[in-house]
Amino acid sequence: MRKVLKNEAVQAFIASVICILLGILIGYIVLLFINPAGAGESIVNVIKNFFTWSRPASQMKQLGNTLAKTMPLILCSLSILFSYKVGLFNIGTAGQYVAGACASLYAALAWGWGWLPCVLFAVFAGAFLGTITGLLKAYCNVNEVISGIMLNWISLYLTNTLLTNVKETASPYTLYLDKTNPKALLPTLGLDTLFNKNANVTIAVPITILAAFAVWIILSKTKLGYELKATGNNKNAAKYAGMAQNRNIIMTLAISGALAGLAAALLYLTGYMRWECTQSSVPSMGFNGIAAAFLGGLHPLGAIFSSFFIQHITDGGQYVNTNFYSSQISDVISSVIIYLCGFVLFIKLTMKKILANKEEKKGAK
Amino acid sequence: MLLLIQYTLIFASVLLLVALGGCISEHSGVINLGLEGIMVVGALGGALVMSSLGTSSAFVMVLVAMLAAILAGMLYSCLLGVAAIHFKADQTLVGTAMNLLATAAATVFVKAMNTAANPDNHSSEIEYISARKMFIVNINGFEFNWFMLVAVIAVVLVYFLLYKNRLGLRLMACGEHPQAAASVGVSVYKMRWTGVLMSGALGGLGGLCYILAGVSVWKFENGVAGFGFLALAVMIFGQWKPTRIALAALIFGLFRALSNTYTGFPFLVSLNLPGNVYNMMPYIVCLIVLAFTSKASRAPKAEGIPYDKGSR
Repeated sequence: MRKVLKNEAVQAFIASVICILLGILIGYIVLLFINPAGAGESIVNVIKNFFTWSRPASQMKQLGNTLAKTMPLILCSLSILFSYKVGLFNIGTAGQYVAGACASLYAALAWGWGWLPCVLFAVFAGAFLGTITGLLKAYCNVNEVISGIMLNWISLYLTNTLLTNVKETASPYTLYLDKTNPKALLPTLGLDTLFNKNANVTIAVPITILAAFAVWIILSKTKLGYELKATGNNKNAAKYAGMAQNRNIIMTLAISGALAGLAAALLYLTGYMRWECTQSSVPSMGFNGIAAAFLGGLHPLGAIFSSFFIQHITDGGQYVNTNFYSSQISDVISSVIIYLCGFVLFIKLTMKKILANKEEKKGAK
Repeated sequence: MLLLIQYTLIFASVLLLVALGGCISEHSGVINLGLEGIMVVGALGGALVMSSLGTSSAFVMVLVAMLAAILAGMLYSCLLGVAAIHFKADQTLVGTAMNLLATAAATVFVKAMNTAANPDNHSSEIEYISARKMFIVNINGFEFNWFMLVAVIAVVLVYFLLYKNRLGLRLMACGEHPQAAASVGVSVYKMRWTGVLMSGALGGLGGLCYILAGVSVWKFENGVAGFGFLALAVMIFGQWKPTRIALAALIFGLFRALSNTYTGFPFLVSLNLPGNVYNMMPYIVCLIVLAFTSKASRAPKAEGIPYDKGSR
């Protein structure tokens, strides 16, 4: 037992579970504070999400919708954690995601491209935006958080302007993908039949899982990953060891941006969501990626599970009793979880201390 | 033209207040990326007072609303203080979490309040039409806002605090080399708390100023549109010095004001650019300015590094 507890991965897992439980508890307290009558039922609904439906068929359908949104979230959290491992906090993921949405939708709706070129174009757009942040960081010493935020807003307004060309005349939303250009829809590979013919479950699932493994392998098994991590740990030491520090920074942010761009393409090309051209805030997907990345212990495979959890409760937010509460309660829970993730280091240290103390006592006996 | 000056001054006031907050916090050694969230909470505190105080004299209203914003901002900044000063948390992560939490919590709170008052009302808006008029003195068509004065006072105060005062010099020492400051008996924890709380107060005040800038009703779902981060850019452009920050705030305020008033200039209208171009302007200018000014950064040396008594 003690040996298990000493394992880094197990400690990270316990710390994440503590964060989740505290986050849900605080969400529950907020609901109690607003109206004690329905708080219990609503928080249970948030956690149950698709299980609130009684028929198994509807449950599968709703699970499919949650999965469709989980895939981009996984990719966003991969984007965040990839750059974080290199010592860069890429908050620009949110904007790179927007750029990906813009590129994929514009290519699909205005130029009538097929799905694969659309996806690649979105990847390129995200990487391009990431490269800008990288260049600014490497050559002008601009803090990547601030330039990332600025680019988030710039890309939001740019996207709104560009996608206005392909929107419906009567509404602020972009045209329906399945009516305008069905060949841009992602192929389902028969996955839709597993989820009660939910066409939102597509090739995105295998692509995302592959991406997670690829990021894991790059970071832990290749020379490139080693160099990138070394740059993150101590850039002066890395430079001294002959690693191209500037190139590494730019490359990291480009890859990070590419992942975010891919995320957007894999959501918007399912036709599940349409872009609203009057949107006044950056979509929260990129920011939720931060929560998922840290909750997953900054491990690519951990990100898969944490992303599912975050998306699960975010979708669960719509099942609260809207007579008293609003669905944003899930945003409160996930942001509290991000905040608590700041304490993970402390939780781990405490665990180590307790274990060490116990061993010392045992040794004294 | 008058309108442009008016909007420039009010947006500059917002940026100035918040940037000064960030400046004090960073001088004490804590990077406050949560300013955006602090602004939202400060705005909420002020808006609640403005909508509930009802009819009272303008003086009382202005004073109480400002105090509420300051208090709300300070309370919220404690989240950063606890995590960054005592638990050595990653300041970037905590700041980001605070930004997300503020918008989400404010939305949930305001919606719950509106729904409790009227079961059919699910909006996240607070109205303060009559209260807003009390902040404004109309001088021949120019709407003078009391916040413009407050911002000027804040620059002077922060200048004296940082450079002409024992507290300020000690505080800055904690941002440059906390171990050295501790060795001569300065409490690093106390100084960093002072920095964080002051930035909370100024950030909250800036948040209230922001929602009073052009409108009489605020939708809390929208947050403050990256203004907290623009303020940080103003601070970097101002090289962490109060007087330079004031100048930087004016420049950024001008570009922000253009997006509100460009329709009043025949020359700009004739260019026939989409409105979104003007919306993008402050952010683009910010990037360009940062690209040229960040190289010779005068950032406090120990900012963002958790204080560890034992390290050298």
